Amino acid sequence: MLDPVNYAIWLAVLLVEILSFVCLLRKKAYSKHFTLVFYLCACVATDIGSYSIIHTSGYESDAYFYFYFYSQSLLTICLYFVLMNLYSHVFSEMGVGQYIRACALLILGGTAGISYYLVAVSSNRMVTHFVAELGQNLYFVGVVLTYLLWGAMAKLRENRTRLLQLVLSMGVYVSLSAGSYAMNNLYPNHTFWQYYFPVTSMWLPLSWAYTFTKVPAEAQLATARVLAPNQ
Amino acid sequence: MIACFIFVVSSLTLLQFFVSYSRSIIAESRGHRLSEQACEICGIKSRSLAGEQFGRLNQLIALCPEVGDDGFKVKVVAVYFHLLGFVKTVMSWAMPSASSWIEAERGGCAYAVAVVLDRRIAHNRMVMADMASH
Repeated sequence: MLDPVNYAIWLAVLLVEILSFVCLLRKKAYSKHFTLVFYLCACVATDIGSYSIIHTSGYESDAYFYFYFYSQSLLTICLYFVLMNLYSHVFSEMGVGQYIRACALLILGGTAGISYYLVAVSSNRMVTHFVAELGQNLYFVGVVLTYLLWGAMAKLRENRTRLLQLVLSMGVYVSLSAGSYAMNNLYPNHTFWQYYFPVTSMWLPLSWAYTFTKVPAEAQLATARVLAPNQ
Repeated sequence: MIACFIFVVSSLTLLQFFVSYSRSIIAESRGHRLSEQACEICGIKSRSLAGEQFGRLNQLIALCPEVGDDGFKVKVVAVYFHLLGFVKTVMSWAMPSASSWIEAERGGCAYAVAVVLDRRIAHNRMVMADMASH
């Protein structure tokens, strides 16, 4: 069963995700940013699923362990779809959407393959370690892809504030997650992680809720003002 | 080894993304002109604020009820402000020229928080006027 702190965190995460979902629907962002809505739905489904597994099998069970890591991997893949969506918005005027989708799927498959290979060749590791390694590598590829997107936005002088904030908040989240997963791989047996990961997962829904409620769709901000000091 | 490498690179990109994200939030506020009422209540005399005023403005914000999701903005700006304070302490002996830039950034943080406070005051005044008219 969940202890009171875990339960409070679980409830807070669920409420934040639902709040963000409602904000996106109220601002009619589902057609333009469908992948964001899809990701939030996947997060809510995962939270409800994990709660029911904890209730039936317990927090320390293998079933929950497998469910947690595999659902996190699936959520990371959903995050790739969000990233692809952001790429297609940035490059919308160039008509290169198909190439971006193909490239992202190729990278995704490659990362999963390499992660599996790295775990399979090390005989001293369990195959179940694959999921933890996969999470770390998927998030790291996410960091590289977001960084490239941010670089392209700076080069193209992208000035849509909403898009700018969505990409930057995504960058914060994938960097934080990649670093945390790497630390988790180095120091796995620490109770700190069971509180830390759910708390950090609130960042994206909160930042999306803020962006869609406070930043008007037509708002513009020069990328240079974000990059260069005091302009 | 791979985990260590990923941790170091991710920490650096996290810092860069977070600074840029905070700056994008602060830049939004620069276009907003503070009302005379807000300046009077907060004791603000000029359009540019000093970083020292951040703490007092933050205390005033805590007294004013939240409007929408602006609490998230205040928290992000506060983290950025404290990060700048830490960098200022570390860099003051290594790179003294950076301190003027850091102080300007901290002033930007204070201004962004003042804008949030201004909006909250305006909203609360409107609510009170609405209640009085009923």
